[in-house]
Amino acid sequence: MDTIAAYLERSGVSRRDFVTFCGKLMVAAPFGLAITNFLDVEAVAAEVGSARRPSIIWLHMQECTGCTETLLRPVAPDLATLLFDVISLDYHETVMAASGHDAEAALRDAMKQNDGKFVLVVEGSIPLKDNGKYLKIANQWGVDRVRDVAAHAAAVISIGSCASWGGVQSTGINPTGAVGVDQVIKTRPVVNIPGCPPNPYVLLGTVLQYAKTGTLPELDELKRPKFAYDRVIHDHCPRRPHFDAGRFAKQFGDSNHRQGWCLYQLGCKGPVTHAPCSTRHFNDVVDAWPIGIGAPCFGCTEAGVGYTLALHETVPIKRPMGPDTYPAVYAEGKGISPLATGLAGIVGGALVGAGLLASKKLDHITDTETKE
Amino acid sequence: METDRRSLLKGIAAAATMTVVSTPALARERKKAPDDAVGLLYDATKCVGCKACVVKCKEAGDLPADIDGYGGGLYDAPEGLNESTRNVIQLVKDGDETAYVKKQCMHCIDPACVGACMMGALGKREFGIVSWDNNKCIGCRYCQVACPFGVPKFQWSKTSPRIVKCELCRDLLAEGKLPACVDACPRGAVIFGKREELLQIAHQRIDENKDLYVPKVYGETELGGTQVLYLSHLEFEKLGFRFSDDASVPETQQTVQHGIYKGFVAPLALYGLLGAVMFRNRKRDDQ
Repeated sequence: MDTIAAYLERSGVSRRDFVTFCGKLMVAAPFGLAITNFLDVEAVAAEVGSARRPSIIWLHMQECTGCTETLLRPVAPDLATLLFDVISLDYHETVMAASGHDAEAALRDAMKQNDGKFVLVVEGSIPLKDNGKYLKIANQWGVDRVRDVAAHAAAVISIGSCASWGGVQSTGINPTGAVGVDQVIKTRPVVNIPGCPPNPYVLLGTVLQYAKTGTLPELDELKRPKFAYDRVIHDHCPRRPHFDAGRFAKQFGDSNHRQGWCLYQLGCKGPVTHAPCSTRHFNDVVDAWPIGIGAPCFGCTEAGVGYTLALHETVPIKRPMGPDTYPAVYAEGKGISPLATGLAGIVGGALVGAGLLASKKLDHITDTETKE
Repeated sequence: METDRRSLLKGIAAAATMTVVSTPALARERKKAPDDAVGLLYDATKCVGCKACVVKCKEAGDLPADIDGYGGGLYDAPEGLNESTRNVIQLVKDGDETAYVKKQCMHCIDPACVGACMMGALGKREFGIVSWDNNKCIGCRYCQVACPFGVPKFQWSKTSPRIVKCELCRDLLAEGKLPACVDACPRGAVIFGKREELLQIAHQRIDENKDLYVPKVYGETELGGTQVLYLSHLEFEKLGFRFSDDASVPETQQTVQHGIYKGFVAPLALYGLLGAVMFRNRKRDDQ
């Protein structure tokens, strides 16, 4: 199979477009990703270019296809093409031309060609209730389909909040018993890329690192790649100075809201939500992300926050500012230094001694007076 | 006849006993909150420490920024209540657990500052708000010393200093608005209302979430009761509320002071004793 650089050259993609793409990848994943861990974009381009095009099989479960849309809709059409030149998307129900039996044949072919080497991307949650009868694709239960394909995959990536832990379908009474992919697939490494939708660069970064080095990026306790999900949105929010100054939008459309003040009071979940949204906006459009357009963060990348808490509910903040910026309840005891204690002792002792001597002298004087 | 040491001590002991024994019987009646008492309810479990209330309080009171504290000379970050700060958010660290606590005037039902103020400059006025009257104050600062919560602050740096303390934004209340801190709070951690209603809300919150709260509303009875009430998930002592007695400061102090002079018994006994001693001594000298 071709390397990415060779493939791009053959398909007539300009070097400039590719380097721009690598630059965006660097911005999206500045730390913690092996392929972007270089000082300049040329080095990243060389690293990414020398990787083999990763083969991807993309399965749809219970979802809305929003995660696919985010991959397809950068503002420049060329970039969308470029994304599909960099990765080899061998099976994807939304974008492929084939349908019916042809499509199923394509899936079997792709699995056979790259057996044990392709990356399986799952979009959407998997229904387990009543033996999974709520989802059927190509005459097969959804859960069986995922298990079948995953058995031949090298690694599994759950894209979107639904695939990560059930998302919107698992809310409340969870009528279909929807669960995330990692509840079903235990034999393959699973990476969760939650978001509604997630940023496509996180997916690309993860896939490209796997293609180049054969390793997956470091994951946090919710199996999210740390290079993208290590900080809360609040930490890099462009509205953060308004939070620090106590300037809050009180309701949608009021003068505070129009001035771009902090959305915390409207129910913004940014302070507890780990996601790269505040640093990498969507569709390559500056400010195209919820808080950027004046909508409070919904908390979609955080299990138990998005789809669980009410929109208007405010979240607790463990530590909004550094602890050294708050006065303590009890002032730090300055105490009395040993030197001061010693000096006070000397002075006190001298006074007592002088007093004793003086009284003795007085006694002496009175005694002499009486004798006279 | 000579006064020996023994009979003298006996006399003093008798006088002292009379004072002490008579004290409890003379205890002053505990004051009740005024009917129109309003107050604040601060819930430490809801506060996120954003300090919006600190900023808005300064704006409402037109107070200058305090850049000598944690601000490093750049930001308004007071180290506590001071002559330019009526309201402050403090941080409590107890191992892994943290809590924020909002400090401002507690608007006591029986305030120590009012008891200490000889001119009546400080007084409980409309809605039970403890407010300060510029025209009566002589600047003695007794209120600053008397307050068990360390609230009133004297403007040492001013040529015509004032006493700085929270007056529950009484000017805003008169306009039908909320106190600035309540209006600013993005999470409803501090709410405004009638004291009775706030107490009900506080008890309801404790009942609904017994695992979270310390089962006590600070200010319900402490130091005679206050109009600012607190709920917390950490013990109140850790939040800096050192007093848990039910008797207010003026209650204790006036009980002792008024008790001594009650019916003029103790002074009469003391002077009688002294007179007897003098009389006997004079008799001895004459001999």
